[in-house]
Amino acid sequence: MQDSNSIGIVEPQIVRFDTPMHLKNGTVLDSYELVYETYGELNTARSNAVLVCHALSGNHHLAGFYPDNPKSGGWWNNMIGAGKSIDTQKFFVIGVNNLGGCHGSTGPASINAKTGKCYGPDFPVVTVEDWVQTQVRLADHLGIDQFAAVAGGSLGGMQALQWTLDFPDRVRHALVIAAAAKLTAQNIAFNDVARQAIITDQDFYGGDYYSHGVVPRRGLRLARMLGHITYLSDDAMAAKFGRELRNGSLAFGFDVEFEIESYLRYQGDKFADQFDANTYLLMTKALDYFDPAYQHNNDLSAAFRAAKANFLVLSFTTDWRFSPERSRAIVRALLDNELNVSYAEITSSHGHDSFLMEDRHYHRLVRAYMDSIVV
Amino acid sequence: MKQDHEAVNTKDMTDITIPSIAHSFRPDFAVIAAWVKPGAKVLDLGCGDGSLMCFLREARNIRGYGVEIDDANVLACFNNGVNVIQSDLESGLQSFESASFDYVVLSQTLQAVKNTENIIKEMLRVSKEGIVSFPNFGYWKNRLQVLAGNMPVSEALPYQWFDTPNIHNCTLGDFEEFCGQHGARILERRVMSGNRQVAMMPNLLGMLAFYRFEQQK
Repeated sequence: MQDSNSIGIVEPQIVRFDTPMHLKNGTVLDSYELVYETYGELNTARSNAVLVCHALSGNHHLAGFYPDNPKSGGWWNNMIGAGKSIDTQKFFVIGVNNLGGCHGSTGPASINAKTGKCYGPDFPVVTVEDWVQTQVRLADHLGIDQFAAVAGGSLGGMQALQWTLDFPDRVRHALVIAAAAKLTAQNIAFNDVARQAIITDQDFYGGDYYSHGVVPRRGLRLARMLGHITYLSDDAMAAKFGRELRNGSLAFGFDVEFEIESYLRYQGDKFADQFDANTYLLMTKALDYFDPAYQHNNDLSAAFRAAKANFLVLSFTTDWRFSPERSRAIVRALLDNELNVSYAEITSSHGHDSFLMEDRHYHRLVRAYMDSIVV
Repeated sequence: MKQDHEAVNTKDMTDITIPSIAHSFRPDFAVIAAWVKPGAKVLDLGCGDGSLMCFLREARNIRGYGVEIDDANVLACFNNGVNVIQSDLESGLQSFESASFDYVVLSQTLQAVKNTENIIKEMLRVSKEGIVSFPNFGYWKNRLQVLAGNMPVSEALPYQWFDTPNIHNCTLGDFEEFCGQHGARILERRVMSGNRQVAMMPNLLGMLAFYRFEQQK
């Protein structure tokens, strides 16, 4: 994972907030912790900070690796680093695990001080708006009045959009990649099948599986397998796996036969080992609920009236889960408000996952855009 | 329709500060800049690497967007700091609200557009005024080559018949007739041959034609 431009060893930090956080669902969190990582140096004018928001299964570990594990590369290692598209020689980059996450920020698996037990199903359903509110507090903690940019792919792109609406004076640029201003019915449907897989797992125990010493592995695994299919494109799957058989011949059974089955099961197992089922439920709900146009009579242009930022919107041709059409809807709303926006539709065979992939043109576009940001 | 052959308004053209980004002076850009009011909101269709937008930004302090399909050009726009929307002109300008621009420019792209009628209709929809430039197929050198039995290859039409993107070549006369038939009222015309403005027999002596037009009231 170490490469010449990698920022090397990184260490996550934890910040605790004791000011009550009023969430959109009406509940109040008295205190919570956020885990985050930073890369590069904050300049003296404090004008070069970039917040990178993560997607469904991501976290605060964007780049670099941990000293005890050379394979622990960050999820956006190919994008962030010295001399990379988001250049840590120019920018002070921040990754934060969202509230409700399972990688160190307060979430369902954390101990609730009031009960002395894990929150489990009692952890409130958090929204993109809530995350932005908590990220603002992190910005305050770090002494950042205004981000040079807030960036993210997929659910992370939704957070970047929300930033421009809720804190228009605190973000100069938003990089909205493979995102959407709201999910389609089909997208919500996929999320619900994933949730049902988890919730109906007999080891789920209504979300209180922690106290039973088990995890709803089967459900989490199925959720991930389903998700994974939708993040790839038909073409990419055909190219990578085709109808290849593991053992060269048909076995006339239900064990793994085709390579794609093997791959999906492996991905499912890996995910079930490291991700919390309750967090998965929360993240998919945040996706489903995101719809800034809703309170503006479904007029997205009206929703963006508050925005002041400059925007980069990117989509990928084979992304059918967050299709280019969804990005074009965002662009239309930005154009209606005469905001500075550039939009590129990147030819890629990797479906929704393209935003995580190394791609020359994609990375050049991001680099060119980031280079143009004055700090 | 304004058909008279206006004299060169050199003042208009020399007034324009030549932006540093223009490595070589583009007389065609200067013609367009002379028509664009300072601070205007401009949409440049088929904006290439964004150099016209850069020119107009520095010469006329305009704001706006370019539309471009080609990946390399889109990247060049990013590098030039030009707002660009990657999109296929042939599928229309749905991203843009009606009457949301002061000018929509189609610079040396008209002849390469498949659905010419639709693009002109869309230009009139999204903008108060349209500006179009195109190589004049009626230029005498082109005529000579056709007379000699070959498709013309020239400075303004630098392609062979088999590899040209220019599928809808026209003459000044053709375009003016087209405008009349499609509800576009021509406000102004400039005809250039190299750096020089052509006043006499423009359909014969003009290499490049520029028109400013609006929706017929």
